[in-house]
Amino acid sequence: MIDVKHLSKSFGHHLVLDDISQHIHPGEKVVIIGPSGSGKSTFLRCLNLLEEPTAGEITFDGTLITDPKVKIDLVRRQMGMVFQHFNLFPNMTIRKNITLAPVRTGLMKQAEADETAETLLQRVGLRDRIDAYPAQLSGGQKQRVAIVRALAMRPKLMLFDEPTSALDPEMVGEVLEVMKQLAKEGMTMVVVTHEMGFAREVGSRVLFMADGKVLEEAPPAQLFGSPTHPRLKDFLSKVL
Amino acid sequence: MEQWGILYDEWRQVMISGEALPPLQRYFVLFYQAFIEADRWKRYLSGVGTTLTVTAMALILGIILGIIVAVIRTSHAQQRPGQRNSLLGLVNLVCRVYVTVIRGTPMMVQLLIMGMVVFKSSRNFTMVGALSLGINSGAYVSEIIRGGLMSLDPGQSEAGRSLGLNYLDTMRFIVVPQAVKAILPALGNEFIVLLKDTSLITVIGGKELLYAAQGIYSRTYEQMFPLFGIALIYLVLVMIFSYLQGILERRLRQSDRR
Repeated sequence: MIDVKHLSKSFGHHLVLDDISQHIHPGEKVVIIGPSGSGKSTFLRCLNLLEEPTAGEITFDGTLITDPKVKIDLVRRQMGMVFQHFNLFPNMTIRKNITLAPVRTGLMKQAEADETAETLLQRVGLRDRIDAYPAQLSGGQKQRVAIVRALAMRPKLMLFDEPTSALDPEMVGEVLEVMKQLAKEGMTMVVVTHEMGFAREVGSRVLFMADGKVLEEAPPAQLFGSPTHPRLKDFLSKVL
Repeated sequence: MEQWGILYDEWRQVMISGEALPPLQRYFVLFYQAFIEADRWKRYLSGVGTTLTVTAMALILGIILGIIVAVIRTSHAQQRPGQRNSLLGLVNLVCRVYVTVIRGTPMMVQLLIMGMVVFKSSRNFTMVGALSLGINSGAYVSEIIRGGLMSLDPGQSEAGRSLGLNYLDTMRFIVVPQAVKAILPALGNEFIVLLKDTSLITVIGGKELLYAAQGIYSRTYEQMFPLFGIALIYLVLVMIFSYLQGILERRLRQSDRR
């Protein structure tokens, strides 16, 4: 579904991603772990071009999206993204947060978008908060709304950038629950996270990144069970 | 009304003869002379009219200029490295020179240059004044708007763009409404400065409030009441505006309630 070839990214002289090649298959749940500053988030943000790669090619569903002539808005409509800090629009109600993009991009009429918003909110248990403003919600509720907002565009792929890192511990569970549900339904997901339990349970493949490289990749049982790279062993001994 | 006029004439004669009047009577004469005699209050009133017109015109021009300059400068700064547009670079340079020159020279000097050099032959002092003030205000407004746009969390526009909204929709629905709310206090301040700075257009002959007061005390040789009078009028105008601004800010704060 996504094919990444020799992707590099540097900020000034600082090389953040160093020649990464990866392929993400439809339905796969790829979980990216690694110490902070390893380039995990940058890698994820390159996939929908929130960061412009310095070198390399990214192909999504047969379209070379790193080509400057590609209409990036059309590509992004097919990829949902969930941020660490939710990034809900504080000036709009939850309903408007969710329906704005589907309506403005012509994907749905307002009535249809409203219905979609209600159905999706029902699924994450927030149907009754549809007319609230983001400031009235807890962190966990905000993140569930953010997931719904991305899903409302009916994306083929969901990108999660540390979705639980900004949450109070007691709210992490409710967000992970929604993500597990999504995984069960067969959504293709790329998740940057520090939740090793989630990686183990949901991931079909786990990538360990450090210093801008993917140092090890394997199914979770293997990666957590018998890590080979010393950096990974060191990392796991600290987080587990 | 008429009895007051008679009293005024009587006491004024006493004052002219050089005799000392009791303070209350003296102030009555000065007040009457400054505001009522020869329907002078009408001149203040038309002064207020001009002041408000000039303020409104300058504000509109200032905001339009400010938005244009701020958008050019922000979009120039947001270009991807290596893909810089040279035309935008040139326009950006013009904007920077404009902001630097306007902010770096006194308002009064700018007015005199506009009134006596650039529009030397124009007799429409009010329009020249409004134009100068608007150009001046635009530089400050552009910096206010630029600050508002920059203060917004980049995650907001990233969220918009990641949903597939284009740049303009992201600006229109997400960035600008939040920036407007953030800059409203600063913008209100700029409006107040503008309202008071209209008094400067007297130096090029604009017939606003200060001009009315000057015209009156140049005939009566009594400055206190005309000057205190217009000071009070400016104060009341500013207070009315601050009150309206407060209402607007409370309405925009609607989404902050918990």
